Amino acid sequence: MKKIILMGSPNVGKSVVFSRLTGANVIASNYPGTTVDFSKGSMRLDGKKYEIIDAPGTYSLTPTNKAEEVALKIFKKGDIIINVVDATNLERNLYLTLEILEKKKPTIVALNLWDEAQHTGITIDVKKLEEILGVPVVPTTALTGEGIKELISRLKEAKISKTRSTSEKEKWVKIGKIIKSVEKVEHRHHTIRETIADATIKPATGIPLAFLIIIVSFWVVRFIGETLVNYIFDPIFELYKPVALQISHLLGPGILHDIIIGRLVNGDISFMESMGLLTTGIYVPFAAVLPYIIAFYLILSILEDSGYLPRLATLVDNVFHKLGMHGHSIVTVFLGLGCNVPGALSTRILETRKQRFISATLLAISVPCMAQTAMVFGILGRYGLQYILMVFLTLMILYLLMGLLLNKIIQGESPEIFLEIPPYRRPSLLATLKKTWMRVRWFLKDAIPWLFLGVVLVNILYSIGFIDWIGNLFAPVIEGILGLSKGATTALLVGFLRKDLAVGMLLPLNMTPYQLVIAATILTIYFPCVATFTVLLKELGLKDMIKSTVIMILTALTVGGILRLILIGW
Amino acid sequence: MIKNIIPLLNLREGKEGKIVELRGGFGFQRKIRVMGLREGKKIRIVSIQPAGGPITIEAEGNMVTIGRGMAQRIFVEVE
Repeated sequence: MKKIILMGSPNVGKSVVFSRLTGANVIASNYPGTTVDFSKGSMRLDGKKYEIIDAPGTYSLTPTNKAEEVALKIFKKGDIIINVVDATNLERNLYLTLEILEKKKPTIVALNLWDEAQHTGITIDVKKLEEILGVPVVPTTALTGEGIKELISRLKEAKISKTRSTSEKEKWVKIGKIIKSVEKVEHRHHTIRETIADATIKPATGIPLAFLIIIVSFWVVRFIGETLVNYIFDPIFELYKPVALQISHLLGPGILHDIIIGRLVNGDISFMESMGLLTTGIYVPFAAVLPYIIAFYLILSILEDSGYLPRLATLVDNVFHKLGMHGHSIVTVFLGLGCNVPGALSTRILETRKQRFISATLLAISVPCMAQTAMVFGILGRYGLQYILMVFLTLMILYLLMGLLLNKIIQGESPEIFLEIPPYRRPSLLATLKKTWMRVRWFLKDAIPWLFLGVVLVNILYSIGFIDWIGNLFAPVIEGILGLSKGATTALLVGFLRKDLAVGMLLPLNMTPYQLVIAATILTIYFPCVATFTVLLKELGLKDMIKSTVIMILTALTVGGILRLILIGW
Repeated sequence: MIKNIIPLLNLREGKEGKIVELRGGFGFQRKIRVMGLREGKKIRIVSIQPAGGPITIEAEGNMVTIGRGMAQRIFVEVE
């Protein structure tokens, strides 16, 4: 199958063009470098099927980070290139265009963000540009779909440009000439809107605003999540409970009952503790975690699409730089608070191995995913907010301390931040909802198999006595160092499959709130879940992953021991 | 009018200048130029973060955050 490749700089709306061409759901956001992984789709053209690939955004064909390396690799395999160009920034985008044209592949240029260019008073002579470049140029506004039809119908006109190879310096001279002959820009003044926008990046106003935005965001997440739980999901499970009890009667006692319904607590089903497929197995993902996942991704999508995140990255850069990373890494943390997997993937936009290693290791150690956070609220909320704060405060301090430490130990460079700040854009409701839905769907698809496997495994291991055996084996560590009940070993084991399920397993152990604080903290630190582990292994490589794992386990034991000393005493 | 050439780093928040030289390797120069920051462009300092933090600059609607080391290698002409 022939390959069509979409090439373009970050933040030019490439992903939206892609989703228009394929009808696929693609995540687009107003943040440079969201597509760190590439998306594939297919489209029909004159009865022939083409594979279409959305390469990660890149400013030139000389890669400066892993995401751009991926882009170059994909580019080389392409048969037809669609070069997506930002019409509001034609000049700087043309560098990549000229580089692409010199590679002598059939190319077509999509002049995207066309409507925005017109609104800001930029006029481009498309015909003339087409003549100079020697390939078709089509104005598009992917967000509304304008121009996409023409782009598709002219795709077969994509051709090899006659432009000759030039040096870097010659290219810039050429770009200057092209701009002079095709582009007219109305002189623009600094608008009031821009002055307000600047306030979010100036330290004196930006830092207080950042705190405000983050606090309000989390408050809204909690509010939406709780509302969904109380008024929708819990009532549904109340209605379902008699059905589950009926099934329980029909099954009678035995291993099958244990797997499907689980253990009854005082003759009743406890959705959090019973550990059956049709009880805990569906309650945890749907009623305990899903509402918060929905709320979290909704807010994150708005923050992303509005263009706020790069400004936040600028404001926190000096702190992150001392931890061996730079401001970019705040995006890894934010994505990781939803799910660690996309968080781990986002480390690709960092330039050096050192930065990626620190960012990924800290993510695995001290950034709890939403599934885990929701469960921590679930088990500790009843004892009071102070216990929840203890968990998160510990993790936050740990993030800072480990960052300082790793920055000293890990060899390598941490280059300075270099980040494009896109203009603020109002997120479109449809795009935001679509993106939220895709991420929620991804959670369900990914989480439920592991949860079910976890439930089945726990019941089988329990019935063959393995749980008792391993509990005794690790008792010196779990009881001796961490001060937890022996049963917590099982929770830590299950935590490798799904952390949310593991937090739920701490409930029947009748531990004190302090013990629960320790257990919940350790559960975040000691090891990533299997999904994250696989991605990290791929991103870091075996050697660095082993290093990272050793750091995690040592940190878990140290932090657990210290917390035990402070909270419980010896 | 006397024109001075100084590193971008010496420019204060809100001030403007014209880029005259990018001092550094090819990689550095390209990185800066593809962001729309080229010789001859008028740029404005949007913000300077404290404690050795980065500097945000703007030229013709293109906004970029760069570290101070880079800001030291971009030379601007001021009036």
